[in-house]
Amino acid sequence: MKNNTPLFKRVRENRLFWPLVALSLIFIFNAIFSPGFFKLGILDGHLYGNLIDVFNNSAPLMLVALGMTLVIATGGVDLSVGAVIAISAAMGAVLINPVFGNEEITNAVAADPTLTNTPLWLVVVVTLVAGTLCGLWNGLLVSRAKISPMVATLILMVAGRGIAQLIERGQIMTVYYKPYHWFGNGFILGLPVSIYIVAIVYAIAWVLVRKTSIGLFIESVGLNAKSSYYSGISEKNVKLFAYTFCGFCGAVAGLILGSYIHAIDANNIGLNYELDAIFAVVIGGTLMSGGRFSLLASMVGALIIWTFTITMYIFGVPANALLAGRAVLVLVVILLYSDYARRILNRIFERKGLQHDTAN
Amino acid sequence: MTQRIKFFLINNGPLLTTITIFILVYFAGGRLYPAMQKPQVFFNLFINTAALLIVSIGMTFVILTKGIDLSVAGMIALTSAASAALLVNGVNPIVVMILMLLMGIVFGLAMGSIIHYLKVEPFIVTLMGLFFARGMAFIITLSSLTIKDPVYRYLALTKVHIPFFEKAYVYIPSLVGPILLLVAIYLANFTRFGRTVYAIGNNEQSAMLMGLPVARTKIIVYAFGGFCSALAGIVFSISLLSGYGGYAPGMELDAIASVVIGGTMLTGGVGNVIGTLFGVLINGTIVSILQFNGTLSSWWTRIGVGALTLIFIGIQSLFYMKKKN
Repeated sequence: MKNNTPLFKRVRENRLFWPLVALSLIFIFNAIFSPGFFKLGILDGHLYGNLIDVFNNSAPLMLVALGMTLVIATGGVDLSVGAVIAISAAMGAVLINPVFGNEEITNAVAADPTLTNTPLWLVVVVTLVAGTLCGLWNGLLVSRAKISPMVATLILMVAGRGIAQLIERGQIMTVYYKPYHWFGNGFILGLPVSIYIVAIVYAIAWVLVRKTSIGLFIESVGLNAKSSYYSGISEKNVKLFAYTFCGFCGAVAGLILGSYIHAIDANNIGLNYELDAIFAVVIGGTLMSGGRFSLLASMVGALIIWTFTITMYIFGVPANALLAGRAVLVLVVILLYSDYARRILNRIFERKGLQHDTAN
Repeated sequence: MTQRIKFFLINNGPLLTTITIFILVYFAGGRLYPAMQKPQVFFNLFINTAALLIVSIGMTFVILTKGIDLSVAGMIALTSAASAALLVNGVNPIVVMILMLLMGIVFGLAMGSIIHYLKVEPFIVTLMGLFFARGMAFIITLSSLTIKDPVYRYLALTKVHIPFFEKAYVYIPSLVGPILLLVAIYLANFTRFGRTVYAIGNNEQSAMLMGLPVARTKIIVYAFGGFCSALAGIVFSISLLSGYGGYAPGMELDAIASVVIGGTMLTGGVGNVIGTLFGVLINGTIVSILQFNGTLSSWWTRIGVGALTLIFIGIQSLFYMKKKN
């Protein structure tokens, strides 16, 4: 690429450009129609307000989007993240108040906020391990058994919620154990804990993919698995890593979600998260066919989805009817990202016949 | 002769396996729970899976072209809600049905056009379709609407007796699926359209180079999928006599699983419609075994369907490798 490309064009080709434009459009909309959106207050020594809500609510989705970005970058897709969230959250809940056998736990015992059957660190570890194992299973199916990613993860998507219900014995488990609530509801220095968790996982992912060669391997596998194989990259292990990491991210999201809601309903926790995560990644500009990816852009994508959602809630749109609005949002994004629309945009922004863009 | 039999077995392996598994599962159920041996239980499968069968038939065509249609359940919900709302306002039921079918076709056409002309992944477009349809259904009505229309009630409650079986019956809507199946078999195996579908699934590029009408066929396939979903939605609302946006949750997964169990490969180009029937029947049989057992919980259905899907993918790739050699 020549250095004398106009500044505007360089900015426009940055991965973060379009997602940030979309996000600021929603913010501008809010600034005009609901000025209260940006109000921040301090309550009990921590910040509160719609912006904080957006961050807190989108934390699980951002995590899932991180893992999904890597999977999509290898040219695959992981449909099972919703089920992974359910399984890992269910594991945590079962360890805190187990329902093994037919033994029923009375309310008096269960409602004791200090009662737990397992130390908290073990609950967290088991939650994370459960999700990571699910990811490993997906990775093995895709990389070793050579099943196409959509089918392989579909299996866990169908069976996963069943497994989660099996773990919970079909009950909706309410968690009264106070320390567990901290992950989804706690605050450090005035900001929600979930934001810090996202930051940590993002840092891990960033170091892994940008400071080691794994990121490069992932992109090359996504662009052309066969030629990566011939150039000596272990395509299988790269895929295995991506799916396992996605499972891990799902598990962290499960921990936050379960802790936020205080109850784990195997049928509904993390519902549609796989879809939202894929949207977030697509909004972030990573192609579904794999290749180049941007972790940060996917996280902005997740933020867009939740900012949009909360904006709609402010305007009193019922949660269910919101689905249609979200579909329209996605349609606009899809159209913006399609080659056809890109060509038109390029034609508008550049004088005709200036040069043929090789970047696309 | 043995060569021929071998060839036949390898070619139809997945289908024969599906049929065998269905028979085995059904007979195992019959042995465990003698009540399942009644013919009515078998016909109940058709009553219970009426909508799923219709949706799966449409899905089979879509998957044969290497696509996927995740919007089916949303379309069922939208159809049920929209038709209930129209019927409550006193619109003629025949007009309602025609309108619903038209809506399904237009919906499918729109999705197909976006998929083909804008080159967006089918998966994402139909996902958007799912959200859009469910959202629209909730915009129409936030709560369940009851259908009191006499024509719908007549269709829902009239029993059709099965010849040669005493006391065995199905309802009128359950007949739609099998009839559609016959049409679909004809379409897939005996028309130019069907062959084009298989060709696109095997290799879209070469289908295009051969001069086959790829664009038209792909869009028609999605329109047919939309038509099937709308039809399934009508059947669904007739059997429940109500409309609501939350109906048929996760049915797109059941349909995909049924199609895969029926021997159609998600990579496109391989499979057939008859297999889908047995895939749906297996799904229904698992559910009825769970119902007969009574102590097993509903989540076993999901686990069972998931495990079966896994097994079938294994079987398919085995046969596929055999065929290649």
